[in-house]
Amino acid sequence: MSEAVKKIVTPISIEYTITPGAAPTKFLRGIKEGRLLGQRCPKCSKVYLPPRGSCTVCAVPTVEEVEVSDQGTVTTFCVVNIPFYGQVQEIPYVCAAVVLDGADLPCFGVVQEIAVEEVRMGLRVQAVWVAPEERGYTLENIKYFKPSGQADAPFESYREHL
Amino acid sequence: MRDIALVSFAQAPSVRREQIHNEVEILMPVVAEAVRRCGIDRRDIGFTCSGSSDYLAGLPFSFVTALDGVGAWPPIEESHVEMDGAWALYEAFVRLQHGDVDSALVFGFGKSSVGPLREVLSLQLDPYYVAPLWPDSISLAALQARALLDSGEYGEADFAAVAVRSRRDAKSNPNAQLSGDFAVAELLESDYIASPLRRHDCAPISDGACAAILASGDLARQLCERPAWIRGIDHRIDTINIGDRNLCDSASAKLASEKSGAAADKIEMAELCAPFTHQELILRRAMGLGDEVRINPSGGALAANPVMASGLIRIVELAARIQSGEIDRGLAHATQGPCLQQNLVCVLEGE
Ligand SMILES: [Zn+2]
Repeated sequence: MSEAVKKIVTPISIEYTITPGAAPTKFLRGIKEGRLLGQRCPKCSKVYLPPRGSCTVCAVPTVEEVEVSDQGTVTTFCVVNIPFYGQVQEIPYVCAAVVLDGADLPCFGVVQEIAVEEVRMGLRVQAVWVAPEERGYTLENIKYFKPSGQADAPFESYREHL
Repeated sequence: MRDIALVSFAQAPSVRREQIHNEVEILMPVVAEAVRRCGIDRRDIGFTCSGSSDYLAGLPFSFVTALDGVGAWPPIEESHVEMDGAWALYEAFVRLQHGDVDSALVFGFGKSSVGPLREVLSLQLDPYYVAPLWPDSISLAALQARALLDSGEYGEADFAAVAVRSRRDAKSNPNAQLSGDFAVAELLESDYIASPLRRHDCAPISDGACAAILASGDLARQLCERPAWIRGIDHRIDTINIGDRNLCDSASAKLASEKSGAAADKIEMAELCAPFTHQELILRRAMGLGDEVRINPSGGALAANPVMASGLIRIVELAARIQSGEIDRGLAHATQGPCLQQNLVCVLEGE
């Protein structure tokens, strides 16, 4: 009797060439130059960043391009204390939803240059970019957000973005 | 049973590789066009169901992003099948039978060009004994074609004749990708890509999308002058073990056709989703479609085959012939899986 096969390993890998799409392509070109390009909905005027090419609320295409500030407000956040595979940051660190000035959709980023326990809702932050010569077509061009030193934003100013 | 009909539809022209737009950007104008054509208010649509595949897109939960383009506010009732849009239509048909909603939006979409399609389709095979060998979709279809040739009933010229007719008919289909006048002898001079299949035996690789609006009873008559009524719809599946099947036949297609009630009256036209020439021959025989039945006036999947939309496109092409009054009754078919493993049959009638 030969030994029973109890386990097989079957490696699977497939390579794709993804097309980001017309709207995300403009965003990616912009972020390589250190600019944040969103799109405004012609119906409800909300600014999407990154733009998806459509407004999910109004179901219409978005075309008008809007440059958004790299400063914004922490709307909500969490402190990451759990190590996981592929982790880049040293724990504990703060992952936050930041609504950039001029945008209506929060984006996610890490908040640094501030003690973890001092991060709060309404904290004003500013993007810290990688050096221009190291920038690519990627969100990683923004290393992290740091406190901008401005006074905290009042709750009313970001409540609808929570 | 409630009477349900296709009242409106639209599709994107199929292309070999859409370089600029992503899946959602292809889909969005198609859905908007289907909604616009029947004049229904988007917010009045009672149910939304989509068909697409993350393996095709190379992205997890890719169908969720499609809802951005469709519009999901106020909140919509929505479902998804990891199948061709024809199965999304089936789910919508069943959902409308509940009686509490009267209309549904269905769509199927996909870009077959972003990954190696032949290998992507291998991932739907039995993961333990077959998929690790990486038999690709064309090689498996070639085994089936070889079995059919060995049966002695068809020759390679019969295969080529299907391609000639499909490409000729596709000349009048603005959404087709492959069309033109060819001769059987000319096609048979080309090399095999997986013996006995030549390039003309295989559907093209296509990016595309298709959407349709279903409505029940009186609403259908309000939205459309001549709705295409769904008189029967059924889908069946053969075993995943390819070695356990008679590849020259399609038991599941035969059963789906029987259960759909196709034989109850004359079938004038059939839109068959056969991504390989020999599969059309198998399907016609399995469903008992004789020479009097007009097959694939759109050019079929051999003229344009956006995977995950191709089956829904067959239904929509047939519905268009009914809406225009060209025919009164026909059959549309969709398939999924290797060598016609899963088959759906939909019988449409005018009033
Ligand atoms: Zn809007």
